[in-house]
Amino acid sequence: MIKEKRASDVEKILAKYPSKRSAVMPLLYLAQEEYGYCNDAAIREVAELTALDPTEVKSVVGFYTMFFEEKTGTYVVEVCDDLPCALRGADAFVRHCEHKLGVRAGETTPDGKFTLRTVMCIAACDRAPVAQVNREYHYSLTPESFDKLVDDLK
Amino acid sequence: MDKHVLLRDLDIPDIRELAVYQANDGYAAWRKALTGMKPDEVMGVVKDSGLRGRGGAGFPAGLKWSFLPKDIFPKYVVVNGDESEAGTFKDHQLIENNPHQVIEGVALCAYAVQAGTAYIYLRGEFYEPARPLQKAIDEAYAAGLLGQNILGSGYSLDIHIHLGAGAYICGEETALLESLEGKLGQPRLRPPFPAVQGLYAKPTVINNIETLANVPPIVLNGAQWYRQYGTEKSPGTKIFCVSGRVNRPGNYELPLGQYTIRQLIEMSGGTIDGCPVKGVLPAGSSAPILPVSALDTRLDYESVQAAGSILGSASFVILDDSVDIVWAARKMVRFFRHESCGKCTPCREGTFWALRLYDKIVGGHGSSHDIDMLADVANGMANKCFCLLGEFATSPILSTLKHFRPEYEQFVREHQNGLPNTYGDQLIRDHAISVAGGSVVEVAY
Ligand SMILES: Cc1cc2nc3c(=O)[nH]c(=O)nc-3n(C[C@H](O)[C@H](O)[C@H](O)COP(=O)(O)O)c2cc1C
Ligand code: SF4
Ligand code: FES
Repeated sequence: MIKEKRASDVEKILAKYPSKRSAVMPLLYLAQEEYGYCNDAAIREVAELTALDPTEVKSVVGFYTMFFEEKTGTYVVEVCDDLPCALRGADAFVRHCEHKLGVRAGETTPDGKFTLRTVMCIAACDRAPVAQVNREYHYSLTPESFDKLVDDLK
Repeated sequence: MDKHVLLRDLDIPDIRELAVYQANDGYAAWRKALTGMKPDEVMGVVKDSGLRGRGGAGFPAGLKWSFLPKDIFPKYVVVNGDESEAGTFKDHQLIENNPHQVIEGVALCAYAVQAGTAYIYLRGEFYEPARPLQKAIDEAYAAGLLGQNILGSGYSLDIHIHLGAGAYICGEETALLESLEGKLGQPRLRPPFPAVQGLYAKPTVINNIETLANVPPIVLNGAQWYRQYGTEKSPGTKIFCVSGRVNRPGNYELPLGQYTIRQLIEMSGGTIDGCPVKGVLPAGSSAPILPVSALDTRLDYESVQAAGSILGSASFVILDDSVDIVWAARKMVRFFRHESCGKCTPCREGTFWALRLYDKIVGGHGSSHDIDMLADVANGMANKCFCLLGEFATSPILSTLKHFRPEYEQFVREHQNGLPNTYGDQLIRDHAISVAGGSVVEVAY
């Protein structure tokens, strides 16, 4: 329940906007942190806080790629394979990541630790190959530095 | 240009700190405006400077501000930091390394139009770069530079950061407003224009982060000072994001119109292994590719347009002869397929079919007929889409066909089994180069 557990964050978010509805995305991020993903309970709670219908909140979750409708791994690893990065080897790099984690892009490791995804440009093409792990950037990756990153999280 | 106007972090590494920023003229324009300039005077200087929007369309900023009705309140400033065009990473550097200049620019814009609240909309993936920006906002509040009755002027301003959640379409200004209102990020019908009915149906200015970062030095030093850089129609400096097959990808701030694309590539360390340039995308995936014959085009809005493309966000993606154009076009079309918001049929269906055709061709099952079909699909979308995203989606298709049709024909002849799935490997051999990459100060020319 973010209303109790994150009460001051919720209050701060709601205070930023003249309309409660505007708080739906920041509240979904909070809920996602607490519930792990945007499950029905998370959606219901955000709907209540924003005075929206749960179906409306659900459609917001569905529209934006950074809200997860299904359970993810503890670490969501997102590797960019858009054109500028691919021009610097991102496609092969993604295959390395798949090999290292033992799953295909889009899948979660059996131990529930890592979800691997490919993403469109994340505004760091000058430092390709680039990935985000739970929204934190990792720039200028090499197969070796990626392996270390993963091993350190294990 | 001896010093950067925008990427000042390259000259003064700690400029993200409030004290360092202030020791280097930081917030001097803000103090000047609040203590001695009327809002209209601030707007006037920006108008005279000729500053044009850096988010894509190049619309004059001061003129845009003047469209807001004077007598309707509240007004809003919404800052576009969605930065999702492939190959664009300038706003990223600005908010991370020179955040106070962004904040000061937002504040000056808000004062000029007399808005009391500004929202900085950042793409959701800027969760981490949002931190130094938020820290800078907090510092500015603590120093009395934001908040209530700023510097005793009677003017009050709040600035909030709002994170998107992964949708390129939210960079389109009306979709951005929808998103900020908590709705699906889908574009609005215009008119009404945001200047009249924007956020919460109130008068709203929407400007790109880089656009507003230009405002403090303009207000401090005057329009004439600003016009020493750039050309009559494209004044000032602009950040060029260079990516792709060059040795030193990164952000390069240059006076508009002074250098050519060829020189920009040289500044970026030239192409990897000196491989000949095949083509250049001046605005990521959204603007037509320029062939080598256009390499001597000057870097300003008018010249790039005359050469057959658009300067837009100035995200220069460099392709060299090692790159297969059909593969590159497929990547770009995949982007638009992924990002189409689904609101209108030509874009939703067109991007779907175009990607199917590319998958077929790149997969080794294409024919000449499929190449014709690609052109048909793109032509069927052109001028029929609800917003510009759909129009942008046609440009990688039509422009690569225009300049590289023989390569498409050769591709369907030679790749009967498709591209090997190790195709990307040939592009990774220079992996180490990207590690050394990043921004460097403009080289002497
Ligand atoms: C599909 C699409 C995506 C866009 N993405 C961005 C973006 O990421 N950042 C941006 O500043 N402008 C973007 N724009 C342009 C905005 O709609 C708008 O013109 C701009 O924010 C105005 O600010 P400016 O005048 O300072 O450039 C986009 C436009 C379209 C049609
Ligand atoms: S052109 Fe594409 S992005 Fe724009 S409204 Fe139509 S479907 Fe949405
Ligand atoms: S293409 Fe990968 S970060 Fe831009």
